[in-house]
Amino acid sequence: MLKIIVFAPLVGAIINGLFGKRFLKLFGQKTTERLVGFIACASVGVSAALAFTAFFGRLWPLRRGERIITEHFFTWLKVGSFQADFAYLLDPLSGIYILFITGVGLLIHIYATGYMHGDPGYYRFFCYFNLFMFMMLTLVLADNLLLLFVGWEGVGLCSYLLIGYYIKWDVAGSAAKKAFIVNRIGDFGFMIATFLVFTTFGTISFVTKNINGHEVSSFLSQATSLPVAVGALTTIALLFFVGATGKSAQIPLFTWLPDAMAGPTPVSALIHAATMVTAGVYLVARCSPVFVKAPTAMAVVAVIGAATAIFAATIGIAQNDIKKVLAYSTVSQLGYMFLACGVGAFTAGIFHVMTHAFFKALLFLGSGSVIHGMSNEQDMRRMGGLRKYMPITFSTMFVGWLAISGVPLLSGFFSKDEILWRAWSTEALPQNWGKALWVVGAITAVITAIYMTRLMVMTFWGSERFTEAHNDHHAGHAGGGHGDDHGHHGSPHESGWLMTVPLVILAMLSLVGGYVGVPAALGGSNHFEEFLEPAVAKLKPAPAVDAGAATTDLVAQVEPHGAVPSAETHAAPAEASHEGGHDVGTERMFTLISSVLALLGIGFGLRFFSRNPLWRAPKLLEDKYRVDELYNATIVSPLENLSRDGLWKIVDVKIIDGIVNGVARLFAALAGALRYTQTGFARNYAAVILVGAIIVIGYFIVSFFGIRISI
Amino acid sequence: MNLITITTFLPLAGAVVLVFLSSLASRETDKESLDNRYRWVALIFTTATFVVSLGVIANFDRSFAGPGPQLAQKVPWIGSLGANYYVGVDGVSVWLALLTTFLMPISVLASWGVTKRVREYMIFMLILETGMIGVFVAWDLLLFYLFFEITLIPMYFLIGVWGGERRIYAAIKFFIYTVVGSLLMLVAIIAVYFYNAKAAGGVYSFDIVEITKNLSSNPGLIPENVKLWLWMAFALAFFIKVPLFPFHTWLPDAHVEAPTAGSIILAGVLLKMGTYGLMRFNLPFFPDISQKAAPYVMALAVVGIIYGALVAMVQPDMKKLVAYSSVSHLGFVVLGIFAFTEQAMQGALFQMLAHGVSTGALFLCVGIVYERRHTRLISEYGGIATPMPQYSTMFVIIALSSLGLPLLNGFIGEFLILLGAFTSPVPHARLFAVLGATGVILSAVYLLWMLQRVIFGEITKKENAELKDMNAREKLALVPLIAMAVLMGVGPMLFLRESEKSVNQVRQIVTGPDEKSVGSVR
Repeated sequence: MLKIIVFAPLVGAIINGLFGKRFLKLFGQKTTERLVGFIACASVGVSAALAFTAFFGRLWPLRRGERIITEHFFTWLKVGSFQADFAYLLDPLSGIYILFITGVGLLIHIYATGYMHGDPGYYRFFCYFNLFMFMMLTLVLADNLLLLFVGWEGVGLCSYLLIGYYIKWDVAGSAAKKAFIVNRIGDFGFMIATFLVFTTFGTISFVTKNINGHEVSSFLSQATSLPVAVGALTTIALLFFVGATGKSAQIPLFTWLPDAMAGPTPVSALIHAATMVTAGVYLVARCSPVFVKAPTAMAVVAVIGAATAIFAATIGIAQNDIKKVLAYSTVSQLGYMFLACGVGAFTAGIFHVMTHAFFKALLFLGSGSVIHGMSNEQDMRRMGGLRKYMPITFSTMFVGWLAISGVPLLSGFFSKDEILWRAWSTEALPQNWGKALWVVGAITAVITAIYMTRLMVMTFWGSERFTEAHNDHHAGHAGGGHGDDHGHHGSPHESGWLMTVPLVILAMLSLVGGYVGVPAALGGSNHFEEFLEPAVAKLKPAPAVDAGAATTDLVAQVEPHGAVPSAETHAAPAEASHEGGHDVGTERMFTLISSVLALLGIGFGLRFFSRNPLWRAPKLLEDKYRVDELYNATIVSPLENLSRDGLWKIVDVKIIDGIVNGVARLFAALAGALRYTQTGFARNYAAVILVGAIIVIGYFIVSFFGIRISI
Repeated sequence: MNLITITTFLPLAGAVVLVFLSSLASRETDKESLDNRYRWVALIFTTATFVVSLGVIANFDRSFAGPGPQLAQKVPWIGSLGANYYVGVDGVSVWLALLTTFLMPISVLASWGVTKRVREYMIFMLILETGMIGVFVAWDLLLFYLFFEITLIPMYFLIGVWGGERRIYAAIKFFIYTVVGSLLMLVAIIAVYFYNAKAAGGVYSFDIVEITKNLSSNPGLIPENVKLWLWMAFALAFFIKVPLFPFHTWLPDAHVEAPTAGSIILAGVLLKMGTYGLMRFNLPFFPDISQKAAPYVMALAVVGIIYGALVAMVQPDMKKLVAYSSVSHLGFVVLGIFAFTEQAMQGALFQMLAHGVSTGALFLCVGIVYERRHTRLISEYGGIATPMPQYSTMFVIIALSSLGLPLLNGFIGEFLILLGAFTSPVPHARLFAVLGATGVILSAVYLLWMLQRVIFGEITKKENAELKDMNAREKLALVPLIAMAVLMGVGPMLFLRESEKSVNQVRQIVTGPDEKSVGSVR
């Protein structure tokens, strides 16, 4: 079943990739769109249906702590004791991921059938889009690091293809290349981490494997139960985090994500908001047993996460391109997720991944609807007052706005609140670090509310600026080959049902999606955490007795799958709703504080931006702190110059070739006399070989006997 | 008749047919139809050779204990010297021979546009194929040397006669570089021959299996300093062939000037003769020296990986770019060979095959647009995805395979090599692996940058607007390469299983037999 979940979208991609063009020739644009769109959505639909069946029908009924389903497909690579299979692992962590990947993925696919209408590369788009689903599902369902890496690089490839989807548009080409290369830098860390995992544990699998006749338990349970040098674990964790900073756009590798907005908007929603960019969080959560044993790495993750959150949020406030705002917002929200992981609250991080998938997909699709309705205008300075033209888009985005801002009782509120509270109360970090991180997170929350309010105000309220003359810098950011179909400037209009229905569903999810994880302190039971917790490591080292139990349990558990660390298996469910009762009061107080912060931000934003919709942010923020320029000046250009003027033109051409040519000239001079005695190249060189060989052989034979005598 | 012998000499038979065909067909006046006949003869013979070589892999027994070849044929050749005609395959050579037979029909297809002296061109191609296959299947040192040298001459002419503007310079440079190397090797071969006789009690033999056994089991047979020199003589010949930094400067010139098929064969097969030689001779003949030299060789390999990639990045000429990328990719192979772990050495072999396929395909891609525009300058292109969508798709896939995208062929080799190097017992190997891994980043840089400038964007030159997409012949040449790239990436075990035993034999000569792992008693 897991196989089919993964491979169904690949089938769609192959059909559309191979035959899409033929469809176009045979049936024309309109029918092709229907056919291609149907194949693409149906293949994802199959995945989604099976994912829900697998999750609720098979995983859910299992006992807590035993929720592991594995499926072996074939052994991909096996050399010596190294083994990597095409094999899949469904547990609470990957289960939650496949639910929202296929669910949100399907919605965005449907949306895209409307959004991409009229595009001559329709089939190509959906081929890549389906391929992405295949890779993303491979990533989260992989039962070992190398297969995860296949998905990891695979989603990077699809991201590359889709960012550069408008192939004639140079900006898109550069952005695509940049995304791939920056990700590759992260992948470098991932690869080295994989090597280290293999050398340290002898396996790269998340489950127990039989390798060459030995039962080898997963590296995760080995990390939990065996004494492994902290240094090795820290290095592994940090290297994985390097990979995560690439894929999930954290400092210092975040620069590709804002540029990635050159892709069509459904791509931004699916890949660069809801799914792919959260793969880094997935990786950290998946390897959480390693992270919790490496306090330094945890601290780094938390600090980088918090720093990225506030850094990106401040940039977001100064952008005028609606998608750029959302892009920096995504970077910032991803920072929250890492902050959660870094303070040991992996479940809270994943919770935010899920709620973020809902509301950020919603916001991106909403922005796409706006762009679509505005004939490819992306500059918010030329929008305004759109709420009466696009009521559905407006009201759904309204929900998304409140959700991301952390207005109480919406999804973003619960997950963000949980992260902030966990940061404050963490025991993973040295004293007061948690509190400092909380302050950063809280400030970020206010800024988030402000920039999102700004986006809403500039887009939907105020004067209708699009009626003003805008032939000045018209070309703007509008997609290159896109939208010839609706390129005429009429008044803004609402999008068709293919686009609005997904918006409405996502809005509902953003409204209620948070209720699966209402913490106990607020009267909920936090099903989410209770469900997910056995699949990720717990921060606090288990008491001595428990540790003993864990080890024996591990030995006992060397059954088909000894997946994820098993200390929690024995933990009473009641205990799972963490912390003692004395914290409840404080936790409630903090919930109150973050509600106030959100409302404060919104209130300020409404007041300020209603009056100054065209307010100009400080230049430094508008210029995104000039990080790209910094990287170009310190890394890119020097490397290029070194390579061209140093290595190639001097080392290669002058030095090495200089020597070679010099020697050759010498021989040519010596052979000058000989040359005229021969005609034709072949004989000439045959003679050279022969004469040379005879001389050398003769010399050697003589010296050989010399050696013999000396012995 | 022995299957290996047929595979080896069938191309030569084709060359003979071509020689006689001209005298038979002299009445015919139409040059074009004559040329076509020559092309078809070459295509038929190379394809037939490929088919026969499939029989070799079908009959290959991966459980064959060795050491030495299977499907072998041994006939006395020069009795007075103890030289035999001795051919066969083991798990390493069988794949390299197959790579050769696989690439040759494609090379012939890629040469369809050659109009100058087609008959001679095809004759050289066919002779070259026999030489290359011979190198990989020879188990007699003298025979090996003979084949090794034979490849030189047709290649020299292919570059020198059918090459580009600076073909003479490139051809001579290629020739001198490699001749210097191979003459040194000849000296070493003769020395090894005499030393072996000494160990074998005066029986003179060029038998590689015998020599390997005698040399590796008698570490004191050759004085230490002589052994070092002999190792270096072999190594230099192969390093030049690979080419390992800093012996690589013949390669960019040779590639740029060679006709498309010449480049495919050069990158696809000829370079592998170097890495094959290291695996077949340097390691088994001189395991102790190889061990001592390993950190230095690995260091050079890593320099080559990074240096090749950086220089590739700034090339204005597509063929030069691919040529320098070869320096980088072959650096991985050498890194793997000298890491002495199973993963690394299996990876090295796999990378040889993968590089043959994807770099061959890259040169083919460059050749396809060169035939249309007669320039290889990146700046002359741009936006050709619009007039040539199919070509662009395939070009992108091949570039991705070359930059090591998982599920395509390049990834498996690089990953195994780096993993194996990381776990290698060689001093500093872990550092080399980490440094080498930066090559993975750089390969994405130079290849994607090239794609961006050649394939994507607006059409910048009006000459490119009307370019024709690939014709059937070009597709026929390129599609098998792409299929192979996918097959190797998805099912690498198809290849690695066959070579496992032989690679481990070579490795164990160097590292000693594997210790039984602790738990295996269970």
